[in-house]
Amino acid sequence: MYSIEVKNIDKSYQKVQALKDISLNVNKGEIFGLIGPDGAGKTTLFRILTTLLLKDSGSATVEGFDVEKDYKAIRKIIGYMPGRFSLYQDLSVEENLKFFATVFDTTVEDNYELIRDIYVQIEPFRKRRAGQLSGGMKQKLALCCALIHQPKVLFLDEPTTGVDPVSRHEFWEMLKKLKTKGITILVSTPYMDEAALCDRIALIQRGRIMRIDTLENIVSAFTGHLYAVRSNDMSRLNFDLKEFEGITSAYIFGEFIHADVKNCPDGNKLLSYLEARDHKDIKIFPVHPSIEDCFMELMNKEENK
Amino acid sequence: MRTIFFIVRKEFRQVFRNRSMLPMIFVMPIIQLLILANATTFEIKNVNFGVLDLDRSPLSTRLASKFEASPHFTRTDYPQSQKDAEEGILKDRSKLTIVIPKNFERDLIKENKAEVQFLINAIDGGAAGIIAAYSQSIVRDFNIDEGMNLINVITPVQSSTVQVSYLHWYNPELDYITFMVPGILVLLVTFIGMFLSSMSVVKEKEIGTIEQINVTPIKKYEFIIGKLTPFFIIALFELTFGLFIAKLIFDIPFNGSLTLIFFFAAVYLVAVLSVGLVISTFADTQQQAMFISWFILVIFLLMSGLFTPIQSMPMWAQRITWFNPIAYFIDAMRMVLLKGSGFSDISKHFLIMTIYSTVVTAYAVFRYKKVN
Repeated sequence: MYSIEVKNIDKSYQKVQALKDISLNVNKGEIFGLIGPDGAGKTTLFRILTTLLLKDSGSATVEGFDVEKDYKAIRKIIGYMPGRFSLYQDLSVEENLKFFATVFDTTVEDNYELIRDIYVQIEPFRKRRAGQLSGGMKQKLALCCALIHQPKVLFLDEPTTGVDPVSRHEFWEMLKKLKTKGITILVSTPYMDEAALCDRIALIQRGRIMRIDTLENIVSAFTGHLYAVRSNDMSRLNFDLKEFEGITSAYIFGEFIHADVKNCPDGNKLLSYLEARDHKDIKIFPVHPSIEDCFMELMNKEENK
Repeated sequence: MRTIFFIVRKEFRQVFRNRSMLPMIFVMPIIQLLILANATTFEIKNVNFGVLDLDRSPLSTRLASKFEASPHFTRTDYPQSQKDAEEGILKDRSKLTIVIPKNFERDLIKENKAEVQFLINAIDGGAAGIIAAYSQSIVRDFNIDEGMNLINVITPVQSSTVQVSYLHWYNPELDYITFMVPGILVLLVTFIGMFLSSMSVVKEKEIGTIEQINVTPIKKYEFIIGKLTPFFIIALFELTFGLFIAKLIFDIPFNGSLTLIFFFAAVYLVAVLSVGLVISTFADTQQQAMFISWFILVIFLLMSGLFTPIQSMPMWAQRITWFNPIAYFIDAMRMVLLKGSGFSDISKHFLIMTIYSTVVTAYAVFRYKKVN
């Protein structure tokens, strides 16, 4: 049995279709990443799985419980961290934690073991109001509150958005530790680099899942040839690359443009094309595709369908 | 039950951490009672008036001085012509100008009747009515006095006069404070109940905490009761505090049973808190909740009988007041405090209020959803 099972879910808000035929399975004790840009439908899927939103069609279960019929059972066994900080800002760190413990009919002491590693970091501020904590501290407190009743499944909706790199790193370290305790974690993020930290990922775009696999498999399934290109006139370069025969995509990636080209095992053809178009100081070298490149390729394929 | 207790405790913590809350709970009743109770009176003193005396006779002078002698009037204008008199009103030199026509004395003595014209500034309709009533009563007095005098002299102005004397029950001195304070107490309780409860639920929506609450096993009724209980308690405390001030400062009579008042207040508050909850289900932000509450409160308030008697409203408006909880509570409050009414006297109020509470609560619970 999967920890989370989603089958053919559709969801529309008035005229906008937020989710189209979404299916995915998450194994027990897995860190599953939902990767996609803002507006891809990540939060909608979270809200359906956490019983806050009703789907239009399809079925979904969490730990075997149906998200609509058995919502009461689900609410007891899940921890949810919404994208927006949603603890009581006017209550202190300690009071928030205690409140959520009591709501689940348990105590902080009983579950201290699970949250200890995280809680020790915010303990010095336990008397401080939650609203006055820094972004990273807020995330830690929210995670503590989501864990206080020892949930079987943890839903983290963009937990690292707006958090500094150090805190982000720490946060993922914490998730790895939680994984060892057998907690299933569904986490969404707009940051592609965090995909490497998940066991498996789903790439989601415009309400559709493009691919579900491990990062390695997704990267190795990259079909084109990827080159990093640079010249003296980057904006014209971007324009010209898009006109190149066999190009799948070209987009700015740091100080280079990543060009994904079909049937072009070496860069000479590309080089002569660009020279013919009057580019100077051209630099071309093949690169290994990253998750971002894979995302762009899949996105283009979706669009050309 | 345990969960409700924890929500209530959390709510109280938040309420008392809100910096504007304590002043609101303690200062608002004092200010409202002290200012409103003293300010809202229908008695008008020192109305500026002028007399255009075209007759210049002993009788016309006596009529003018009768107005001067009244505590309600102060003579500020001395117009010399009709045009002058009208201008006096226009320029606000006087609110009332009495025009005594030529031959006033002669007509009164010979024909037993004479006419006097009152020009009243009626921009404030309520005040104009009161000024007219005062003026008429002064003229009536004048008729009686002069009639007596004239009997001996020439012909009687009024051969016989029925004297009416009034005895105002339950508020013998027609003291407006006694009349207003119970109503203002109702206002206070309603403010706390409706505003604060609706805002407090909406705040959870606005800040996003409702998301976190909704994924917990907290049941709908636990959340609602937990959210509203603190305001129920605060409102009842407010009533106690207000009654205390009413007794201490204004010496309002407590003729009826206070237990009855609190019992009624409890039923009333369930209705008001539920109205607040209904509002919160329609609003997404505290600002919206405020505006909706304010809209409803203004209608309830102006149609409550606190400022204008319900009996003087047109029939269709009176029918609207049947659905106004404030009207029932104000009425019950006045009956119990001033008249000493018992449970059986206000049992109709009780019945209506109970039905009201039940219906609104049911609707509020129905509207409140944990899932979208």
